[in-house]
Amino acid sequence: MAITYQKALITANEQMTDTVFLLKAQWSAPTQPGQFFMLRTWDKAPLLSRPISVHNWENGIVEFLYEVRGTGTDLLSQAKAGDFIELTGALGKGFPVENISGKVAVVSGGIGIAPLYYVVRALVQKGCTVDFYCGFRDKPYGLEKFEALCSNVYLATDSGNYGVKGFVTDLLQPEGYDAVLTCGPEIMMEKIAHKAMAAGTAVYVSKESHMACGIGACLACTCKTKGGPKSVCKDGPVFKGEDIYADC
Amino acid sequence: MLTVNLCGKTLKNPVICASGTFGYGSEYADMLDLSKLGGISSKGLTLVPKYGNEGQRLAETASGIINSIGLQNPGVEHFIAHELPDMLKMDTCILANLGGAGIEDYEKGAELLDATDVHMIELNISCPNVKAGGIAYGVKSESAKEVVSRVRKCTTKPLIVKLSPQAENLVDMALTCQDAGADGLSLVNTFTAMAIDLEKRKPIFNNVYAGLSGPAIKPIALRMVHQVCKAVQVPVVGLGGIASGRDALEFIMAGATAIQVGTANFIKPDITMDIITQMQQWCDKNGVKSLDEIRGIV
Repeated sequence: MAITYQKALITANEQMTDTVFLLKAQWSAPTQPGQFFMLRTWDKAPLLSRPISVHNWENGIVEFLYEVRGTGTDLLSQAKAGDFIELTGALGKGFPVENISGKVAVVSGGIGIAPLYYVVRALVQKGCTVDFYCGFRDKPYGLEKFEALCSNVYLATDSGNYGVKGFVTDLLQPEGYDAVLTCGPEIMMEKIAHKAMAAGTAVYVSKESHMACGIGACLACTCKTKGGPKSVCKDGPVFKGEDIYADC
Repeated sequence: MLTVNLCGKTLKNPVICASGTFGYGSEYADMLDLSKLGGISSKGLTLVPKYGNEGQRLAETASGIINSIGLQNPGVEHFIAHELPDMLKMDTCILANLGGAGIEDYEKGAELLDATDVHMIELNISCPNVKAGGIAYGVKSESAKEVVSRVRKCTTKPLIVKLSPQAENLVDMALTCQDAGADGLSLVNTFTAMAIDLEKRKPIFNNVYAGLSGPAIKPIALRMVHQVCKAVQVPVVGLGGIASGRDALEFIMAGATAIQVGTANFIKPDITMDIITQMQQWCDKNGVKSLDEIRGIV
């Protein structure tokens, strides 16, 4: 599918928590679960666009759920409905929905929830049964949509104020699932991947990396895989667990 | 009107995409008409494939980026077999950017490229991110002289030597490369820079130092291009932070024959098309019929 660079009309930019926003923009070109875009609402500073995963794509609207972490995402959070956003995308290889069937565990950590809604929707649509496991520091966000689609939603928080106190990695028992999909902090994904691989369950991880171009040109986001060096932006961001964590 | 002659080759316009920021061209093919470019310089190549550097490879700064890629590339032979054939179909001037871990590597790489239809070789003696080769030859004029004169014997292709702003004496370095057989010079490569992670109390990059590029370096790059253009007879390709048609024309007025756009490709993937249009519009508005009228005017 061709990558396009164009200005898109923002239809909403809702604040979900103190630091998390949901931006919606018009985008009609096909966009797959697990893909991402390079976003910018500013001119030349900061220099780089920001890689943000697709939270949902439906009826010609692409959604981005993002956390304000620095200058770029702070500027992004100030955009209003009616403003334009520069989008490059859709980028990368997403979750191989066509190869996944049966009972699926989807596991998120923090803002790693962002790319998982669209894939859950696609999996449920094709007849999969999905259990959602999520970890947050404290107050969770965006769960209602998952509760509407998933058979079970399991919640763990660091604070213990919501769900079970502890790590989401401890909640998941990968035995009995046909596949595990995960996105979150690197250390969490590594643990999830190891557990799934030990149980013989197929596992897919969605990685994050610093990057400049988003299209495989700058080589800033190279990661080691079983098949040699790969670009997170172009060959990923979704990889098979065994390709990344080969030593397990 | 923007047509330029660079080392005997006619370019449609002076805008070349800089090595390391434009992959092998194909990455950008969906987003701009590559045949409208003056040229494309390939990702830096080495005789032996390189994984590049470990750890974080990129950090953003005020009006720039620092990179520590470390010449990740599939090797010259892979390039010739797989990437170059596609590049040669792009209907633009193709430069193979060649680095090396030692002089013999440079020589073998140049011999292999000489046997292809690539239009020019851009000799990279200025990469700050590899320990062997790269900038090792770009600091002292004596080292540059040896590598340039030996590579010169390996190819009849136009040979452009890419200089580092870290050269001890840049004008002397430029003259030395010219005298050693360079057909042209491109400058500048990135400036050696640094970034520190406060929380970890450690350098961001495993190599500690890395290369700064982007609009932040433009005024210094422009000064360096001006100084070199005043001293040498061979054509100079100017680069360093160019992000608009006006930036590009400043380098032309400083004496550059052509220019390269690097980091700005990350601001907007088709920024080169804007730059070409803006240069054309400025020339139209100011009655400039050929860039020769303003080249080196300052």
